Amino acid sequence: MIRDITIGQYYPADSVLHRLDPRVKFVGTLAYIVSLFLFQSWGYILGTLFLVCMIVLSKVPFKFMVKGLKSIVILLMITLVFNMLFTPGEAVLTIWKLHITKEGLILAGRMGIRLIFLIIGASIMTLTTTPNQLTDGLETLLGPLKKIHVPVHEIAMVMSIALRFIPILLDETDKIMKAQMARGADFESGNLMQKVKNMVPLLVPLFISAFRRANDLALAMEARCYHGEEGRTQMKPLVYKMRDYIAYGILAVYFGTSILGVIFGF
Amino acid sequence: MGIIRAAKLGFDYFRYEEEGKEPEVTRAIDDVNLDIQAGQFIAVLGHNGSGKSTLAKHINGLLVPTEGTLWVDNMDTSQEEDVWKIRQKAGMVFQNPDNQIIGSVVEEDVGFGPENIGVPTDEIWRRVDESLRATGMIAYRHHSPNKLSGGQKQRVAIAGVMAMRPKCIVLDEPTAMLDPNGRKEVLKAVRELNEKEGVTVILITHYMEEVVFADKVFVMDQGRVVMQGTPREVFSRVEELKALRLDVPQVTLLAYELKQAGVDIPDGILTIEELVDALCQ
Repeated sequence: MIRDITIGQYYPADSVLHRLDPRVKFVGTLAYIVSLFLFQSWGYILGTLFLVCMIVLSKVPFKFMVKGLKSIVILLMITLVFNMLFTPGEAVLTIWKLHITKEGLILAGRMGIRLIFLIIGASIMTLTTTPNQLTDGLETLLGPLKKIHVPVHEIAMVMSIALRFIPILLDETDKIMKAQMARGADFESGNLMQKVKNMVPLLVPLFISAFRRANDLALAMEARCYHGEEGRTQMKPLVYKMRDYIAYGILAVYFGTSILGVIFGF
Repeated sequence: MGIIRAAKLGFDYFRYEEEGKEPEVTRAIDDVNLDIQAGQFIAVLGHNGSGKSTLAKHINGLLVPTEGTLWVDNMDTSQEEDVWKIRQKAGMVFQNPDNQIIGSVVEEDVGFGPENIGVPTDEIWRRVDESLRATGMIAYRHHSPNKLSGGQKQRVAIAGVMAMRPKCIVLDEPTAMLDPNGRKEVLKAVRELNEKEGVTVILITHYMEEVVFADKVFVMDQGRVVMQGTPREVFSRVEELKALRLDVPQVTLLAYELKQAGVDIPDGILTIEELVDALCQ
């Protein structure tokens, strides 16, 4: 059962968005999120149009994007209710001492749209980019931070090794659980506190084996001449192609329009 | 001049238990002398704790001798500035296939070594193709290592070492965690590398059947090399091997018992065919 968890929600398909350089997608998502918070009223039509275009281009079934929304339902509800009730202004409806104001309704609607679009936009990026591409993209994008001694390469390496070992450790957890259950361990019954206590005999061997693996892996990496970023070349360097420049162009136009919209007060 | 030479090699493990207390010293390697020629297939035998893995780590420069000297391709492993060159010349494959694969795609893992030593991108791809072909894993290049069998993973690990173009490859019990099929696969790949590419192979194992094809066998016990010679020479000393808690291949043992019982057959029979021939004469 534990093996069914998939990490990273990449959806393999052959689309323009899948082929785009991860850096473009990253910058694009950031620009889109900023634009969402710039829009006042009519701008949302532009935002919606852009999002719909991306959804169609990505060739990812829409239900996969909606899945991502499930996790924010509660957050969304709280935001909506608070905005509706606590924005001062002209009351539309009064229940007991609480006033739902017109301004509150508008603000709530705006926040709702922003949150939903934000999540869908971000999931389009993760659905069309493999975790590896994402780490590679982040490493090059954050490259300038090396100047202020942020260990960008090391962080990216840690992330990609973590991604590689997640399924292995899940497998191991499953194995240890079964071994413990065969000897009478009970992971299912009892209240929350008991369940947490029952996890201890699972966690101890898991941690020990994780450390042992880390030690082995470090040795294997050293044996294969890994000595940090210095003098390292890349097998799959990120290179911008024509389509990436076009995508940047489209993004610039979109973002420019959003800013113009703010200036002219849409 | 051999590609790997050791003179009076010694190594101590220090175990620090409590602060201030004298560390416990374990002699892992004691007075080992080696001279391995380029292109040879060498097997190192020994039971657990005989120092064979420690010796393997010395060849790759992961451990530095406390006594004596080890030269790999005429470079002294205790010279720190040469350590990356030595690791490139003498690649190493470990026991657990899961713990030595770094990439999340087969081809990316094979490319990891060349990336580290600064090979240009086009050349990396050429080497990855070549090594995957040499180990028969080219069809799996886009697979995730997690979906492969143990034998396949180990072949990926061997390809990863081969992509660094080493002169010598040290395999530290590469088949210990594999099923019989996986073991056969890996051994076949290793033998092909030795025969076709001319890579020097140092195979560390405790499976006797795997060393029958070796050019030379070293038997280790308590950190010392206690026996050396061709497989035939070593396996004809059945009693000595038994005293070292090592088994001889089943066929050899059968031939030995037959001889003890008075059947007239030669010493050091290694394969079933040889025994059949000897008995039919």
